[in-house]
Amino acid sequence: MTALLPRRGLAQILALIVILAVDRVVSPQFFDLRLQDGRLFGSLIDVLNRGTPVALLSLGMVLVIATRGIDLSVGAVMAICGAIAASLADSHGLPVVLAAALGAGLICGLWNGFLVAVLGMQPIVATLILMVAGRGIAQLITEGRIVTFSSPDLVWLGNGSVLGLPVPVAIALGMLILTGAVVRGSALGLLIEATGGNARASELAGVGTRAMILSVYVWCGVCAALAGVIAAADIMGADANNAGLWLELDAILAVVIGGTSLFGGRFSLVLAVLGALIIQTMNTGILLSGYPPEFNLLVKAAVVLAVLLLQSPKLSGFAGIMARLRGTKP
Amino acid sequence: MTPKALFAASATVALLFALPANAAELTIGFSQIGSESGWRAAETSVSKQEAAKRKVNLKIADAQQKQENQIKAIRSFIAQNVDAIFLAPVVSTGWDSVLKEAKEAKIPVVLLDRDIDPSGKELYLTAVTSDSVHEGAVAGDWLAKTVGDKACNVVELQGTVGASVAANRKKGFDTAVAKHPNLKVVRSQTGDFTRAKGKEVMESFIKAEGGGKNICAVYAHNDDMMVGAIQAMKEAGLKPGKDILTVSIDAVPDIFKAMVAGEANATVELTPNMAGPAFDVVAAFKEKGTVPPKWIQTESRLLTAADNPQKEYDSKKGLGY
Repeated sequence: MTALLPRRGLAQILALIVILAVDRVVSPQFFDLRLQDGRLFGSLIDVLNRGTPVALLSLGMVLVIATRGIDLSVGAVMAICGAIAASLADSHGLPVVLAAALGAGLICGLWNGFLVAVLGMQPIVATLILMVAGRGIAQLITEGRIVTFSSPDLVWLGNGSVLGLPVPVAIALGMLILTGAVVRGSALGLLIEATGGNARASELAGVGTRAMILSVYVWCGVCAALAGVIAAADIMGADANNAGLWLELDAILAVVIGGTSLFGGRFSLVLAVLGALIIQTMNTGILLSGYPPEFNLLVKAAVVLAVLLLQSPKLSGFAGIMARLRGTKP
Repeated sequence: MTPKALFAASATVALLFALPANAAELTIGFSQIGSESGWRAAETSVSKQEAAKRKVNLKIADAQQKQENQIKAIRSFIAQNVDAIFLAPVVSTGWDSVLKEAKEAKIPVVLLDRDIDPSGKELYLTAVTSDSVHEGAVAGDWLAKTVGDKACNVVELQGTVGASVAANRKKGFDTAVAKHPNLKVVRSQTGDFTRAKGKEVMESFIKAEGGGKNICAVYAHNDDMMVGAIQAMKEAGLKPGKDILTVSIDAVPDIFKAMVAGEANATVELTPNMAGPAFDVVAAFKEKGTVPPKWIQTESRLLTAADNPQKEYDSKKGLGY
């Protein structure tokens, strides 16, 4: 576990606890849980369930950012894969639907990875192409309308439950464990960090940086595909205009809140997911508070600023507290 | 030139001369915004149907949400000397010069669905639009009538913050329910006009209002958010349409599906048929010189579960919503 959760997670955990406490103040029933049709029901479950798409995106995004890249196309990839899943859902079985959707995500990732790793394009430009074109592709698939389906298998992916937990939450948890096992159970994580830290030096040291970069974009595409399928399953339809809209920014924010630098290098999967949960805890709190919607974005910006300030190494007061807590010099 | 080609050429010439013979019918150019939403797609299909009904030759130019494309389309319609131009303006400003060109060419322009800024009033014949304040009022009146004197806590799913339609639909509803002290809007939050956000916001409303027990009705600024909210209610073990009344606006096919299932109560139609009244106005103007009023308000029909939702669904599902 120490490999997954480094000591630097303290600021994020603190932030989450503070936001949870604020949520409890604005909404007294925040921690209430009950069973509804064999599924846990309450605001905490909403936080986990609604946070799932961004958490999944952040799992892929954190690896991309660790290689000093960025993937702006994840929201559009969600829309494409959701559209594919919804169009096939009523005529094909779940395995075919999942294979098609995840396969599409994989191809999108390959495309991004090819542009960045093989053609050497700057990641922000390379992925911008698919960000713009992807939504158009999704609209072509749905013909501009909301494609609805009733296939109980796919609906279960969005609204079912496993041991009382919503299925999306279980999937996100599974993906976190899988990704963690692969990158931290082997030297892969280290090689990704090396690629992001200094690609040229790593190349000279024998790291296959090109393969590393290609594979993180592919994984990012697969994670986005899964998020897209879940988003479609949730509303029993694919909305190409709105599915995953602006979520790439939330995913990047989650990674940054999780303490991973946009300049690449060291990363933490668990903290990125924690970052996604912090964002969603705040969003759910805003919805529960009953403030007029005009304040939503202001409150969000203020909280994000506070969380990032909490992590700022220049904020000496906090650094001093951290140092004392750790028993080391600042 | 082979005899075959000669025949083909003369046939083409004959066809060209034959055309004006049945040109009593009108040729109208329609600069459509683009496929921004399902409603827009339905408006385009209904316009084609209405044109076919009246034997109008309708030329539709898709502007892909860009004003410069619309201006280009209008100029090309002027060059083709059409009988009238329909314009669904993507923005409200910047039309003066192109509309002047149309006026100089004596081609009447009819605005569809959206109005433009007041400085250009004399530049167009009329505007056929819906009154979104009135739509909100129709929804509010229905709720007031249905609830009667019972105390009723209403939660509201607003459209995108800053969108004029959202502000107007809120205003109309608020004015209508303000006359009834037993109706109270207890929570109001934006669902961005989408299903996913409508569902998420409704989930939070249910938690915040005692598991939904304190909610008597939901009002959504569009049907898509209501479809999401209905799912949220079902997942919370509530019965939408029975435990909690629903009223929304737009009348898209999926809300009728919910009505058939007894999960939705009422919707206010934003008719996709803006072109129909516009065709009639243009025909009257061309034939008798009748000058229409500057604003033609389309009907905001209230449709409830009692109005044969299955039939409404069947008639709307093929329109491209």
